This record gives sequence, structure tokens and C-alpha cells, in this order.
Amino acid sequence: MSTRDKILQAVKNNKPALIPLQEIPALLDVTEENPIVKFTAILKNLSTEVKEVDGWDEVIQYVSELKQQYKIVTVIDGVDGIVNDGADTINQSAAALASLDYALIKGPIGIAENGAIWLNDKNLPNRLLPFICQHLVLVIEAKDIVSNMHQAYRKIQVNEEGYGVFISGPSKTADIEQSLVIGAHGPLSLRVYIVH
Amino acid sequence: MTETASSFIAKSTIKAADLEHRRKINFNIDKYNATVPLGKQQFSDVAIARERAKNAKWRAIEHLDQYLEHFEKQITARGAKVLWAETAEQALQEVGKICKEKNCTTVVKSKSMVTEEIHLNHFLEEQGIESVETDLGEYIQQLDGEPPYHIVTPAMHKNKEDVARLFADKLGVPGGLSPEELTQVARQKLREKYVQAEIGVTGANFIVADIGGIAITENEGNARLSCAWPKTHIVIVGIEKVIPSITDLALFWPLLSTFGTGQKVTVYNSIVTGPRQPNETDGPEEMYVILLDNGRTNLLANPAVREALYCIRCGACLNACPVYKNIGGHAYETTYSGPIGSVITPHLRGMHEYKHLSYASSLCGNCTEVCAVKINLHELLLENRHEAVVKGESTLAERIAWKAWKASSLNRKMMNMGNGKMKNWVVNKVFKGWTAHRSDLDFSQQTFNQMWAERNKE
Repeated sequence: MSTRDKILQAVKNNKPALIPLQEIPALLDVTEENPIVKFTAILKNLSTEVKEVDGWDEVIQYVSELKQQYKIVTVIDGVDGIVNDGADTINQSAAALASLDYALIKGPIGIAENGAIWLNDKNLPNRLLPFICQHLVLVIEAKDIVSNMHQAYRKIQVNEEGYGVFISGPSKTADIEQSLVIGAHGPLSLRVYIVH
Repeated sequence: MTETASSFIAKSTIKAADLEHRRKINFNIDKYNATVPLGKQQFSDVAIARERAKNAKWRAIEHLDQYLEHFEKQITARGAKVLWAETAEQALQEVGKICKEKNCTTVVKSKSMVTEEIHLNHFLEEQGIESVETDLGEYIQQLDGEPPYHIVTPAMHKNKEDVARLFADKLGVPGGLSPEELTQVARQKLREKYVQAEIGVTGANFIVADIGGIAITENEGNARLSCAWPKTHIVIVGIEKVIPSITDLALFWPLLSTFGTGQKVTVYNSIVTGPRQPNETDGPEEMYVILLDNGRTNLLANPAVREALYCIRCGACLNACPVYKNIGGHAYETTYSGPIGSVITPHLRGMHEYKHLSYASSLCGNCTEVCAVKINLHELLLENRHEAVVKGESTLAERIAWKAWKASSLNRKMMNMGNGKMKNWVVNKVFKGWTAHRSDLDFSQQTFNQMWAERNKE
């Protein structure tokens, strides 16, 4: 008998007799009155700079300013004035990506209750992008912010979309005497644009 | 008493009297105590959230075989290879084989208790492979040649001065660096390792059955770098980590982070469903998932303690435990310390060697009170004691003592034997163990019968 069958057999032999599950009321799925306010407040608490803007002008301006000084990659689709150069990072070596100063990525879903932004393979030509860059800028459209994780999961099809990640704030650690340090292995800072 | 037990008693005696150690631990746990209640406010009803989580794990464990097979089928269809290991040795052999195939010289590892359980780093070292811990806390512990002290905060027992000294010693950086500077040192050092590593090893916080994926939660970004950077990704995970559906993550992500660290949700929450697909531009070329039993089916077989398999390893019971707070994580000399470690270790590694852990508890029940998935931890500790006795693990002296106690308690004549002076002498002088940590007992000079008779005369 293979190891696989042995373990499965052991599980089958040892598992409990089926008991009907007790009823537990569902968790409240409360829709926020103003998800953007909550989203912003929580992200600010997570050492994240949040900019709420009307239209794309300010984002376009920011991208062009960054471009003059830094090595940046922009993965934002369908905006006049912003070139999506994410495809350049496909197959780029990790060492090359490590020198990247800024990555700007547009996410499809934001979550008010914990400030997380969902990214999947469609927004990530290279999966290392949001982790390897020195600074991360995430862009989310105001209409894409939902109230809670339950609502987010109704929109996500990860087994069809492939790899995915919720990002909530810049990388951080408190492994040394519980002193919070922003900027561990991932980006040193996070800025979020909420575009109306 | 077994050697393991006497070593535990010796170490905990020393640690409990080490005031500096207690100060460091209490400093860390106090910070935790301040943030966790705030995090819990995000739940509209914490009690129902815990109840639902327990329910989901209950379902997962009841159908564990179907869920594992479904997971295997789904993730295999996307090109990952699922390997099954009954023991630590089998898991190590599988990792060894993969490393050989890939001519691997450097492995980057993210934090994983299960790799501690199988002593992966030691094994890889023997094979001449450098295995680098990338979680900051684990990195500190690896530099110091110590196992993790706490399942969530590996270097909890070191203060920032200790870490600065360690970095100066081992890495040659200037002494007295701040936590910010130390973190940047680790960031720089470890980025070099990511570039070199052929293989990334991670654990998994959850096996998500319906979609056939694994879920990893973290703050530092090291787990993502470990599983996205190297060409080969190996996941090692215990078979009990199953949750039925991806939608359960909506509850389990926040639950784990709140009960673990007080955060609403951790910074990075990744779901990995296989290696790079033909239509994808990125990702590791190969992904292996090693499903480890290593005694978990023993727990499953035991209806009384089975629910210990619901554990999501948030570490809340450690922080709540008065024993852990005084003796610390290393005195246990087990991979899993604290109340949950005392519950599962005797079943994973043998009642005879580890039953003593179940006695290192005041049965105050605080662990049960704080458990994210409502495991009845203190009752399971009691259950372990019971099982140890049923299995004949109690000592001869203990058995004789209880027998004598029972006989004399049931017999009025024997109860009335000897005067108070003699009883005092027997308890306080002959059985000295009683008075080692307690003041002397003072028995009544009269027996109960004598007192009763006097009272009724009046």
C-alpha cells in the first residue's frame, strides 16, 4: 500500500461518526454606509498614505513625476496618459526587479473592514512585483470598494484567475521586542489612490 | 520519572525564578494584551465568529479524507505534485530527493512550525544545503542557534539589545542598532539569499479544499518572496490544516490575525493554487505539496482529544497561559509549546515521554477562554492525565498512595488512627515534597468523630 493510501486509510478508519451539525446564526454581513471613509481610516492606521482623487489627473501627474527620478513600473490599464509597461517585467530576473523603486498597480477589489486590496494574475505580469519593489502604490476605483471580506469573496474566482493576494499596508514586522518596524522584506512604504 | 520529564522540571524551575526572563516575556505579552481586544472589535459578534470557525473545522475533520482527496485532485490537475508523508523521515526524504534533482545548494524558508517539527534545517545542513530562515524572528533564532520560542513570535524572549548584540556578533554590523536598523540589515542580507536560492520552502496556514489551494498569511513579505522567487516551491503542511472552502477564509484570515497579533488582517494573504500555468507569465516552474501525518491520525482516532486538530496555531493560548508566562517556550523542549503543545505532544510523540506536560497546568481554563476555534484545551489536559493513568503510566508510588488514600477514606476507623501530631509529622516530614513549596500543614488534634461526639453532648 502506498503512503498516500495508508494515510487516507488511517483517516478513514479513525474519523468520527457523522453527527448533524448544530445551527449557528450566520455572521452579520453589514454593508458599510460609507465604505470609502472606513477604508481610508483603516489604511491610515496601517501607516499607509491615502489619496482620494476625482478623476485620473493627479495619478497621471504623480506617475510622470516619479518617472523623472526613479525606476518605476506601472500596471494600470485603460487610462489615457498612463502607459501600462507591466509586460516588460515578464521574465525579468529577480535581481533586475530588486532595483525597482516604485511599482504602481491597479487592483480590482478593495475591502473597507480591513483596508486590504486584492490583486490577481491579471494585475500582476510578474508575481514578485508588489513585494520586490522598494515602494508600492496601489490604485483602486471608488466603486470597487466593498464592505467586508464576505462580499469580496463573492467576487473572487481564484481557481480561474490563478494566483492572488490581499495586500493590506506596507510590509512590516514586530519580531524584535514587539517594536513595530515598517518595511520588512516587502515594500518600505505603501500609498493608495482612491479614484472617483 | 522519564529524563524528558525531569529535564522539563529542572528547566522550568530555573526559568520560573529568572526574573529578567519573566520581565521580557511579560513586556511582550502585555503589548499583545493591549492590542488583541482592539482587534476583536472588528467582529460584530466574537462568540459567534469563534463558534462558526469551530464548526467549519469540525466539518473539515469529519470529512478529512474526502477533502484531502479533493484538494489533491484539484491542485494536481494544475500541475502541482502532492506527496504524502506518514513520518518526519518520509517528509525529509521527499525534500532531499527534490533538492538532489534540482542540484540545490540554497533553500529560502518562510516561517513554518511543521518544518520545525520535522527538523528540516538540520536535515538540509547534513546534506550540505544552506537553509535560510527569512522571517525576521526565525532569522534571529537561526543566527543564535535556537529553536523558536513562541509559535507566532519566535524571538519573544530577546529584547532589542539582545538582538543588536547578536547581529553585531554574527553579522559583523556595528553594535547597538535600533530595531529599524536591524530590520534593514536582515532585509539586505536576505535579499542576497533569495537571488541564490533554487528552492523556496513554506508551510501553509490553510489547505483550501474546494479550490485545491494553499493559503499563507504574513506581514513581512518573506513568504511571498520565498514562494514566488525560486523556480521550485515546496509546501510542507500537516493534514489537519484543511478548511472546506475558500469562502471560509473570509472568517479565518481575520480570526487568525486578530487572535495571533491583534491585527485586523495581516499585510499579505496569499492563495496559491499551483505552479506557473501555460497561459501565465510568471510563477515557480514546479510546486510540491507534502502532506504530513506524523501522528495526526492518532489524534483523529481519539474521540476525546480529536478537537485539538481544529487548532489554527494563532498562539493565543500561549499568551494566556500562566505556566507559559513563567517558564517560557524553551522549557517545554517540544515543537509546540504552551497549552496546545501540552495537549497534542503526548499524542504525536508518545504518552510515556510527554504526559508530564499535562500536569504543568493549573487548569484555570484561560486557554479555552481565548481559543480562536473554541477548543476545550483545559479539559483536554485533564483528559490526557486520565488517559495516562488508564494506560498505566502513573508511578507505582502514586498508585499505592491513592490506593491507601481510598482505603482509609472509606474506613472510619482508619481515619481516626493516629493523633494530630503524628499526622503532622507524616505529611510535613516524611513526604517532604508537600512542603517544598508550601507551608507546613497543621492537622486538628481531635478526630472528626471526637469533635462530633463532643458537639452532640452539649
